[in-house]
Amino acid sequence: MARARPVVSVLWRKLGRDLWALRAQVGAIALVLGSGLAVLIMSLGAIRALEDTRAAFYDRARFADVFAEVRRAPEALAARLAQIPGVRAVETRVRDRVLLDLPGLNEPGSAVVVSIPEDHRPRLNDLVLREGRWPRREAPDEVLLGEAFAEAHGLHPGDTVAAVVHGRRRVLEVAGIALSPEFVYTLPPGALMPDDRRNGVMWMGRHALAAATGLEGAFNSVVLALSRGADEAAVLAAVDAALDRYGGTGAYPRRDQTSDWFLSGEINQLATLAWVLPSIFLAVAAFLINIAANRLIALEQPHIGLLKAFGFGNVQVGVHYLALMLAMALPGVLLGWFGGAALGRWITELYAQFFRFPFLIYRPDAGVFLLAAGIGFGAAAAGALAAVRKAVSLRPAEAMVPPAPPAYRRSFLSRTLPPGTLDQPTMMILRHIARWPVRSALTTSGIALSCAVLVLSLQWAPSIDALLERQFFQENRQDATVTFLEARPLRVVEDLSRLPGVLAVEPFRAVPVRLTAGHRSRREALTALPARPGLARPLDTAGRPLDPPAQGLMLTTTLAELLAVGPGDVVTVEVREGRRPTLHLPVVALADTNIGLGAWMRQDALWAALDEAPTASGAYLAVDGARHAAFTARLKDIPMVAGVMLRSTAVGAFRDTMAETMMIMVGFYVTFSGMLTFGVVSNSARIALSERGRELASLRVLGFTEGEVTYILLGELALLTLAALPLGAAIGWVLAHGMAQAMGTELYRIPAVVTPAVMGWAALAVVVAAALSGLSVARRIRRLDLVAVLKTRE
Amino acid sequence: MPVPPIMLSARNLSKIYRSGEVEIAALRGVDLDLFDGEMVALLGPSGSGKSTLLNILGGLDRATTGTVTFRGQDISAAGERTLTAYRRDHVGFVFQFYNLIPSLTARENVSLVTEIAADPMTAEDALALVGLEARLDHFPAQLSGGEQQRVAIARAIAKRPDILLCDEPTGALDSRTGIRVLEAIAQVNRELGTTTALITHNAGMAAMADRVAYFADGAIVRVEANPTRTAPSDLEW
Repeated sequence: MARARPVVSVLWRKLGRDLWALRAQVGAIALVLGSGLAVLIMSLGAIRALEDTRAAFYDRARFADVFAEVRRAPEALAARLAQIPGVRAVETRVRDRVLLDLPGLNEPGSAVVVSIPEDHRPRLNDLVLREGRWPRREAPDEVLLGEAFAEAHGLHPGDTVAAVVHGRRRVLEVAGIALSPEFVYTLPPGALMPDDRRNGVMWMGRHALAAATGLEGAFNSVVLALSRGADEAAVLAAVDAALDRYGGTGAYPRRDQTSDWFLSGEINQLATLAWVLPSIFLAVAAFLINIAANRLIALEQPHIGLLKAFGFGNVQVGVHYLALMLAMALPGVLLGWFGGAALGRWITELYAQFFRFPFLIYRPDAGVFLLAAGIGFGAAAAGALAAVRKAVSLRPAEAMVPPAPPAYRRSFLSRTLPPGTLDQPTMMILRHIARWPVRSALTTSGIALSCAVLVLSLQWAPSIDALLERQFFQENRQDATVTFLEARPLRVVEDLSRLPGVLAVEPFRAVPVRLTAGHRSRREALTALPARPGLARPLDTAGRPLDPPAQGLMLTTTLAELLAVGPGDVVTVEVREGRRPTLHLPVVALADTNIGLGAWMRQDALWAALDEAPTASGAYLAVDGARHAAFTARLKDIPMVAGVMLRSTAVGAFRDTMAETMMIMVGFYVTFSGMLTFGVVSNSARIALSERGRELASLRVLGFTEGEVTYILLGELALLTLAALPLGAAIGWVLAHGMAQAMGTELYRIPAVVTPAVMGWAALAVVVAAALSGLSVARRIRRLDLVAVLKTRE
Repeated sequence: MPVPPIMLSARNLSKIYRSGEVEIAALRGVDLDLFDGEMVALLGPSGSGKSTLLNILGGLDRATTGTVTFRGQDISAAGERTLTAYRRDHVGFVFQFYNLIPSLTARENVSLVTEIAADPMTAEDALALVGLEARLDHFPAQLSGGEQQRVAIARAIAKRPDILLCDEPTGALDSRTGIRVLEAIAQVNRELGTTTALITHNAGMAAMADRVAYFADGAIVRVEANPTRTAPSDLEW
């Protein structure tokens, strides 16, 4: 065996030189493979980082496990809650919504205000103080501000904020800036996206806030920590039982807490993204390696025969070529590693800004890198396997004879077309495609996939437009939504109609409910509407407005699916407000909405069930656009308003957030699919040039110009690219719908909207990328050595 | 007998290849005239500069120094575009390895040239001239070596070139097939009057030419005229 050593080392040296000779193809493969692996590592790394960061933040801040809101419960009840088996800690709080009068904002902003103990740090949901100090007990107007809101307004300790707290104007002084695990993600009521300018969080001393809201000696919000192994369902039931008579709206676990729920949704979406794009790229990389391997084995055939004639065994030859293929994948894997690590950090930082974490833990898992390497090399091995098997099975004598000219056949087309219909270069193109149908199909599929990725990414913008159009212009046609702190008599709504510019007012009544069907149960808000709503009304699947049924319930299709009910089924509705009736209502109609879940009934039916005089939780308003400013200015003076949502700002915030987060992803996708096209086309062009260099040189000798020869080389790729466009559009359509399905959350389902414009832009981008990469290879035609090519046998 | 006009003239041609540090002189000061309609054999051992000269005469390569004039026009300083046009309009090549396009039939390989030439004969006529009228629709893979080479000759002469340059056209063929190919070349020279230069290192083959240029070490050592041309079928192989 010792004698074989130097020969093996020569083989390895050959491997190194072969790789160098193949560097252009190795580059193309590295580009595609590296992109796929980078996205994989980036996404998995970002998921891991978000999960780690979230876990660490929750842990350090003692984030609660169970949350419950109640109308007014005596403080003494806290001790009873603490005795529930499985409960480790209890923290009662006062929680309210305040309206803010902010300089530079015409309409009122709003904030959630949560109490904090004045003499010690919160036992649960502790805050991270970023600036300033904690509020002092003797200064009831001192507050802590959430960092996002403070940053959006440039507020610092010592600044003041004008607020309406429970109907009373106050000037609050900013003592400090803080972050909380409870508000990693903050959403204004009724909005879809965070809006840090108009919506914030603040914390106030418990006594001060209790005094302002009339909750001295009482609480309206409680958070609980559970001990390890506690029975969560049992605790929830026990908390509900304890709070029921005080107006509890139903305890819920951490996973249903708004901020955490959003965070989880975001991580899940990232997980979907983590696999879709890399799968496409890795498939294409495998195919590129397959083509390159086949070509290499064809070129190497005499050498393989020679090696075997020298006495190298099949295993050695096989291992040599497999090693070569794996080495071809190596730069791609390295590119994926470094690119993925860098992109992962970048995207995690982006998320950390979007969400509010006090710190960021980015420790990419070694396992992710090993996984990526395994997938990369696996794709290479899969692509190379057939070619290597061919190398192994070649008999030495057979291998050393140069390959016979490839046999072509006259196709149906060339037999039937009168001679001269197609010129000979075109004939060469067509015959070449037909001679290697599998390879042609793979090239077309590769280009089609990159076109599909483009369709997928470019359709997001029109999809968002469709979503906004449906949500804010078809379903909710009101210009403003005003929410009261608590249900108010209908005449308050009539008062609203006297505000400047108000064209129409429509009251709504919303109550927290628990919907139960069989063993399935959901906490939702039930909205009661007038008999014939004109402004906000649910739409059916065909987009037709639905009136709430005189008797019974209307649910969104998503909610109906979650409860596994359909029209005719009876749902138990436990109302968590007023006299807390339990109703058994049939599902009468299903509404289709892209955003949120919803349950509706008629106002008069709910009033009757609650046994109350007509009241409203808020109102929808149509406002004259010309008098919009006057209208919003007056809103700040209305007492007992919890929040005002203006359509224009909600749409703006949605677009801004989307522009920030999604356009980055779109940019990514567009770049990567450009690389994909470039990689596939330049690889194919290079292979074609290598295989057909002799043919092309012959044509140059015959007097064909560079342009004419380029036509033959690139005409085939152009044809395959053209064939890829409709295929790519079709795959893109399927991908877009699949992604919309997979990425849909309970909060929103972005519809797939693949417009002709989307397909057109995607096709244009693919054509440009293909043309650029084709031409970059075509430049080499100028360098064809006519003499050398013709003097040697293939 | 009047001297026919000069078709192609080489003066003091030299060609130096640089490969790394080493300079190789492939041609050293070659002078040669090709007259209208004549057949010249270039005879000499491998590496003596025959192919280099042929490639320069055919516009495939450029000389390091010296001039080439085609019908009085200097082509030695011409650009790529001019050389392409020169090859396209005036020169036919035949190589040892036929260099046919495998994806095109015999007829289509010839049509490749007739489609871009100014005054071509038909592909069928060209193939008939080399005795392949029965093999029009065969692909290269379906033809023997001799047949493939005759397709290559048909492809070279179909545009009615002024000069036919043949670089060891029978190098890859057995004698019987080789003679058939030489007959085709002789027939083209005779019937179309195409000036023909034929590279060979087979001294016997030189007897079919009007003149023989002997090469050694990158130079023409002597040029001899054959008093009579021997028919290819009578050549000593």
